[in-house]
Amino acid sequence: MNKKFFATPYIIWMTGFTIIPLLLILYYGLTDKTGAFTIDNIVSIATPEHAKALFLSIGLALISTLICLILAYPLAMILKSLQVNQNRFIVFLFILPMWMNFLLRTMAWQTLLENQGVINAIFRFLGLPQMKLINTSYAIIFGMVYNFLPFMILPIYNVLIKISDDIINAAKDLGANQFQVFLKIIFPLTLPGVISGITMVFIPALTTFVISNLLGGGKILLIGNVIEQEFTFSGNWHLGSGLSLVLMIFILVSMALLAKYDKNGEGTVF
Amino acid sequence: MANKLIELVNISKTYGDNVVLDDLNLYFNENKFLTLLGPSGCGKTTTLRIMGGFETPDTGSVLFQGKDIKSIPPNHRPLNTVFQKYALFTHMTVADNIAFGLKIKKKSKAYIQDKIKYALKLVNLDGFENRMPDSLSGGQQQRIAIARAIVNEPKVLLLDEPLGALDLKLRQDMQYELIRLKNELGITFVYVTHDQEEALTMSDTIVVMNQGYIQQIGSPEDIYNEPENAFVADFIGESNILSATMVEDKLVNILGVNFPCVDTGFGQNKPVDVVIRPEDIDFVAPDEGQLKGRVTSLIFKGVHYEMEVMANGFEWLVHSTDMQPVGTEVGMKVDPFDIQIMNKPTSEDEEAVKVDE
Repeated sequence: MNKKFFATPYIIWMTGFTIIPLLLILYYGLTDKTGAFTIDNIVSIATPEHAKALFLSIGLALISTLICLILAYPLAMILKSLQVNQNRFIVFLFILPMWMNFLLRTMAWQTLLENQGVINAIFRFLGLPQMKLINTSYAIIFGMVYNFLPFMILPIYNVLIKISDDIINAAKDLGANQFQVFLKIIFPLTLPGVISGITMVFIPALTTFVISNLLGGGKILLIGNVIEQEFTFSGNWHLGSGLSLVLMIFILVSMALLAKYDKNGEGTVF
Repeated sequence: MANKLIELVNISKTYGDNVVLDDLNLYFNENKFLTLLGPSGCGKTTTLRIMGGFETPDTGSVLFQGKDIKSIPPNHRPLNTVFQKYALFTHMTVADNIAFGLKIKKKSKAYIQDKIKYALKLVNLDGFENRMPDSLSGGQQQRIAIARAIVNEPKVLLLDEPLGALDLKLRQDMQYELIRLKNELGITFVYVTHDQEEALTMSDTIVVMNQGYIQQIGSPEDIYNEPENAFVADFIGESNILSATMVEDKLVNILGVNFPCVDTGFGQNKPVDVVIRPEDIDFVAPDEGQLKGRVTSLIFKGVHYEMEVMANGFEWLVHSTDMQPVGTEVGMKVDPFDIQIMNKPTSEDEEAVKVDE
């Protein structure tokens, strides 16, 4: 039997669920309601409200990714230094929330962060001032970090545990101190994990509308919310598709930049 | 004793209940090829790691040219290590790997370039500067690992079973290359292996270890020809090891037969162990030998035949180019100087010689 036979289901899948939808988005994005070709939908990103949403999205996604990286890297290092049984258990603890529904987890934070919510109740009990937590950019960043942190930890941890003790000992043997070992050996070797971690946090953070809906209370519009509203409330699929295309271009460009950095990381970081 | 390069004094190391090294004492001088030889778990690698600074002994001290370096971390020790699995930095080119130690020491660019060229020439890999380690064969990677260590001009190079992962032919080539390197560089090599042939080929001095104790220290010839106990005899090459009785000086009774030998000073009618190497047994006509027996197995080994001969209730292992078919009745003779007499183990540490059957 021809081996290509086994690829058929995947080809059907990709055609039906990736390529055709993409072409549809492309079609809607580049036409108006009468079906005539236009670039108005694309250009409309330049309108103040759309541009503001896009830059806010990029900003919040960057901050969340950075916070995830800062939290995840030391944690992955700690996990590596633990004994095998212990680190498996802790990795399990970090993955455990992912078994619950994403919406449910985020809604739970809604009740925690509310003005009359659990956290403010604790503050009140301790005599601390009440804080406005919900419906702020901080709440959205918090929601992103909380939801996406495991996607940063796992790839970094996975490359980190593959670095053998012999490599680290060899670097020490050749005169490197702890800091130099980290800078010249451990970090460059974990770069592929860092990059896939960044990819897996940055993209969903950039496109999310659920987190900003639930924790931003609809008052803070990210580009994801704008696109969602075009499709649901306004019913303007053409504008929604056009903005989606713009967002896609931003993602492609950022991936290309990362890939370039990764290639450099293979040889010239030292 | 001023020229002792490294001296290990009363070193002990325990992991949990497992005593890896028990009161080990060892020293060696400059420009030697020293091999730590023993089966896995004998403590040879731990000894090497203690010298390199990757393990801290529970007790005892590590002296380098008379100074205790026990508390000095590996990055400040005047030794370099070649690891079993090469441990090359896969994200760097060959040149950057070799330059690693020199860049840390902030040597000049020109100096580093010269050193890389020199080291690659030394290990016969000129022109490999810009290759990535992953694109090299196992033997080439190991030579890069050696080059990376020697450019730092260590007084001692520690090698932890560096040829273990290579195939036989490559291993033999690398053995000669290591001997050449050691002679060209004039530095001390401390080499860990479980391969007795490797040890015999390369070493000036062999330290045979078992269960955390040193069994014997000596030249390859000493170790092979004059093993001090049954463990060493059994571990180094093949041998017939028998219980026997020293009748008097220069006469030993093995399985009821008196053999003249050359050893003296064991006392009279004292139980001893004897070692007779299989290649030291000569076949003669059935009635002319000291022993008479029947061949029970025959295997062709290339250089020689390996035969087992049943005589006086013992299966004698014999290596000979003189082929005797199974079932042949043969006589066997052993020259007096080919019989090695050893004391039976008495103290606790000598009991470590008990060989697993």
